[in-house]
Amino acid sequence: MPISIQHARSANHTLRIICPNGHLGFAPIKTGSFRIGCDAEPDLICADSGSCDVGPVPLGSDTSSSPLQWQTDDLETMLVASRRLGVPMIVGSAGDTGSNSRVDLFVGIIQELARKHRLAKFRVGYFYSEIGKEALRRRIDAGDTVEGLDARPALDLTTLEATDRIVAVAGVHPYIKLLDQGADVIVGGRSSDCALFAAPAIRQGFPEALAYFYGKILECASFCCEPYGAKESVLGEITMDDVKVTAMLPEQRCTIASVAGHAMYERANPFYEHFLGGHIDMSRCHYEQYDERTVRVTGPSYVPAAELRVKLEGSGKIGERYVGIVGVRDPYTIANIDLVTGWARQQVVERFGDSGYELHFTVYGRDAILGPSEPLRASPAHELAVVVQGIAPTKAMAEEVCMIGTRQMFYARLPQVKGTAGGVAFLLDEVMPASPAYRWTLNHTMRVDDPLELFPTHIAEAGL
Amino acid sequence: MAKLSEIAKTIRSKNAGVDKITFDVIFADRAAYDRVRESGVLSRDAVCQLFGIEAARISDHVAFEPALAIKFTIYRRMSSGSPGDADVFGAQQYGPLLDVEVPG
Repeated sequence: MPISIQHARSANHTLRIICPNGHLGFAPIKTGSFRIGCDAEPDLICADSGSCDVGPVPLGSDTSSSPLQWQTDDLETMLVASRRLGVPMIVGSAGDTGSNSRVDLFVGIIQELARKHRLAKFRVGYFYSEIGKEALRRRIDAGDTVEGLDARPALDLTTLEATDRIVAVAGVHPYIKLLDQGADVIVGGRSSDCALFAAPAIRQGFPEALAYFYGKILECASFCCEPYGAKESVLGEITMDDVKVTAMLPEQRCTIASVAGHAMYERANPFYEHFLGGHIDMSRCHYEQYDERTVRVTGPSYVPAAELRVKLEGSGKIGERYVGIVGVRDPYTIANIDLVTGWARQQVVERFGDSGYELHFTVYGRDAILGPSEPLRASPAHELAVVVQGIAPTKAMAEEVCMIGTRQMFYARLPQVKGTAGGVAFLLDEVMPASPAYRWTLNHTMRVDDPLELFPTHIAEAGL
Repeated sequence: MAKLSEIAKTIRSKNAGVDKITFDVIFADRAAYDRVRESGVLSRDAVCQLFGIEAARISDHVAFEPALAIKFTIYRRMSSGSPGDADVFGAQQYGPLLDVEVPG
């Protein structure tokens, strides 16, 4: 057993999972600590690949925010180890969004890697998570309310119409079904981060409360360790009584502070984690330092939902988009930057009217990041960058909106400006095509009778 | 008086879903945690004042003892990644917290 694994496997019934990456493909797995983890007798290798953190563009446009090469590299690292050790591998929310095309992409990569490494034949299980607009419309017409989360109103037909793609967020159920069918590798559509870790544990009879907590604490890999260092592997072990998590990188440790701190990471409330089928209550969790690198947790409880509600994520296109960048150094112009952008906006209005497009000025050096919440808004830096976004139904119009908004800052008419040869500095005297603009149209929940009904499962073969 | 950045171990912000941003202020020891909690400089009212927001923008505000943390969550002005949002991950919203003055 390597030096960084100090505790031997518990004598009782256990399940060990290695998690090498909290967002597979987004930044590469650090392979040193993964190799150490693979020496620690894992029963599975699991990683989540999705997040709505990447914004609405990838889901709406059905693309990945992660480069194909990095996705392939991470899948290769996990697949080769999983086949060598003879343990299952699970990847959830394939390709950042978990849309159907991303699942197909990952299944194809797995099959290609199997050929490349001449792996013996194995079974690839996968499931889809997309739900069509027509199916949702029928639900609404039939009187089902698609309830809004986070203070959003219930879904109406106008918002549904403005949506391009919707994924439902699966729970443990399709993963358990595919494990039951003998899948050696599972590629999941959109699912709760904790589900792909909880599923094998629940299937083997571990308590749901511990299993979901196990998933919650493992899903971001080394984010539950200190000192801070992402993309390193962690080892989880669940028993009938507790969950243990151990840092695999020799320079990292799991501490009570790091694990408890991670339990509240990126969630509105540290005490509850919701998923299809219920939630866990972590308010009575007890954390203890088990050995130098390992934390042991007991005490979460599982609360089954009275009604099965599945979360829906949807993205809708606003328009094509171009981006321009200008700089400002004149203190008088900086003090009057709103007049400058106002002038430029007025020129767009004169060309296109005041609707049918969007024009955004983001003023770096003043309040770009916090907007009106910026306490230092009244004392901008000595130089500013203004990023201009023009958004319109066609590329040609978006380019022109953006170009007017950008170039007309150069000609802004400030009454007392000294510099009369040009009001701003151009990094490039052009505007650049960007990804189309999208917005999150759905952050809602919908009632289902069966937790599997939106998530069709399939089995394919890979290897020789 | 001391700045919060001198007392807290971690001060961070991050999306909590697409419509909220959550803030974590984590302390290395109980004395620092108690000092800040009792001072009220991170109370709901103080947070509203600091960020110039109405009380209804705060969805959650809790002291999380296992992590020696004060945690609060606010509704975004617009959902993450909408045109005009310049912090898609919500990861740089904690800036104003660093300079909060803590008495004692």
